[in-house]
Amino acid sequence: MNSPLDAYAEVVGQDVVAHLRQLAQPLQGMKVVHVNSTRLGGGVAEILEKLVPLMRELGIDTRWEVITGQGAFYQCTKSFHNALQGNAIHIPEALFEAFEADNQRNAEQLCPLLEEADVVFIHDPQPAPLRQFCPGRRGQWIWRCHIDISHPYRPVWKYLRRFIAPYDASIFSLAAFAQPLPHPQYLIPPSIDPFSEKNKVLPEDEIAAVHGRFGTDPTRPVVLQVSRFDRFKDPVGVIDAFKLAKNFQPRLQLILAGGGASDDPEGEAVLTEVRQAAEGHPDIHVLLLPPDAHRTINALQRAADIVVQKSLREGFGLTVTEALWKGKPVIGGDAGGIRLQVINHHTGFLTSTPEGAALRIRYLLHHPDKVREMGEKARTFVRDNFLITRHLREYLTLIVALTHAAEERIELA
Amino acid sequence: MEPNSPEPAPFAVKDCALIALATGRQAHNLKEFRDQLLRIHPGSIFYHFWGGLLNPRFEEREYNNDFASWCRHALRDAVLGERLAVIDPVDFADLEQLRQELVEVIEERLDEREMLIWVQPDQPFEFIRSQIVVFDTHVVFHSPEALASHIPALSIGSVFYHFIDARRRVEGRVDDFSVWLGAFGGVYQPLSQALAAIDPYFMTLTELRAELAAAFERCLCEVPCEQSA
Repeated sequence: MNSPLDAYAEVVGQDVVAHLRQLAQPLQGMKVVHVNSTRLGGGVAEILEKLVPLMRELGIDTRWEVITGQGAFYQCTKSFHNALQGNAIHIPEALFEAFEADNQRNAEQLCPLLEEADVVFIHDPQPAPLRQFCPGRRGQWIWRCHIDISHPYRPVWKYLRRFIAPYDASIFSLAAFAQPLPHPQYLIPPSIDPFSEKNKVLPEDEIAAVHGRFGTDPTRPVVLQVSRFDRFKDPVGVIDAFKLAKNFQPRLQLILAGGGASDDPEGEAVLTEVRQAAEGHPDIHVLLLPPDAHRTINALQRAADIVVQKSLREGFGLTVTEALWKGKPVIGGDAGGIRLQVINHHTGFLTSTPEGAALRIRYLLHHPDKVREMGEKARTFVRDNFLITRHLREYLTLIVALTHAAEERIELA
Repeated sequence: MEPNSPEPAPFAVKDCALIALATGRQAHNLKEFRDQLLRIHPGSIFYHFWGGLLNPRFEEREYNNDFASWCRHALRDAVLGERLAVIDPVDFADLEQLRQELVEVIEERLDEREMLIWVQPDQPFEFIRSQIVVFDTHVVFHSPEALASHIPALSIGSVFYHFIDARRRVEGRVDDFSVWLGAFGGVYQPLSQALAAIDPYFMTLTELRAELAAAFERCLCEVPCEQSA
């Protein structure tokens, strides 16, 4: 039977996989641990679900651990998430205390594993204090930030910085997100997995079936945004854009498909706002999907005529990557990592307002040939740059770089 | 090769991977851009000209270096964008000379303009540098003919290392293939000349690999190399 890596070779090329195997040679037997705060829902969990087995296949002893917390812990970390993306949020002292206490409690369980690891990747702020609770650590500790922290709310960043500064390195998705820290800051955009439930090729009848399932008309165009119900994703702005475009394209339908994540207590409030904005509009379909509805999201993205991701702030925007991989041009918010993926007139359009998004929706609906051309380009672009094999290569390179002197050039024997 | 001269050492294929790092240095207007360019580590200049070949980036770029692109799209200075775009790094002996050329072009533009243009706050130029990890593939070739058959299967990392990165390592700013061919005397001079004629600056690494394979095949193989290998 072919190994998973061999299957990737069929998509990205044999040379790419051979390259990974060689890069992993000096890392054989190394112990690597990834830690985050949710096993389901959100881009981080999706990446780790694939990255960890691939690292194992390459001979690296890789583990994925998830920390848990009480309600106050998640309230605190959700506030961190919003504050790091720029919202001025006051976090009560009691929440900070709960945050640290839950990290300490998790550390008691995880310390033996983390202290003997050669490399520990701590994903996002939730488990950031773990390092200080593992005094016997011997490996390299790397803080991986998946969030757009280009303009953090300073008091919250100042609080978190004291946990993060002592790390050996940090990783950001874009240079714009990097913060002054006393260690090397690597730049690694995230990625998608072409064989995951969310991205694999689906039978045509399964794609068509989403219309019956969610009450959309298969003969009329569908605009889709897939994202958590989060204000930074601007779902209400998408509804505004849809209403503007529908004045010119009365047959238009909109699907807002959002999943919740177990570490996001704010989603309910935003969902209520979205439902209010959609009230009285039968062609707006608001879908609250469970966190494991990957295959449904896949089918929705493939069934859509146009995909929108009108975020106001965005770490990277994996839903953009997913849509591009399915050959859909994306109308994206001019923010964060969307800029790295949506290239005007090539893979989609960047917009800053509901009016701009409405204009591009109308343009693409009038130019189906352009949609096809941009879609092909989009898929190639993702294949070459944003699949998990590239992500894996950069993690391997980083581990090699960190475990050698931090020189500009590292020549392995 | 001269009679009785020692056999040239085999060609050892190496591979590499690049990882990008933030430098924390930014520029929000042209003066800051010039000042940062004067001080930035040469590795950052290398990265903004060549690093994109191995890192995520849209390939059909309007300009082939990040400096030109930023001047055009963030500073909205089309004139400067075009002047920077035409700079071909292959023309310069080293990165310091390339840096000087960049600075001179920018200073000329500063003299021409009466106003200092600032970019939007979220569009500064972010200076990035990179670390390169080089590793041995344990593949060696004893003759250029044997190497020729392997060129289409080289990883793009190997192409980068032997054809782009070599220009920073090798005296005379040539590629590793040409240095090795030179060890055979003048026998492979046509191939060396063909390689020298390839301008890597306007290609993706995949295209460059195809060009290299074509040059090897044209100069070495009367029949396609893969058939003769």
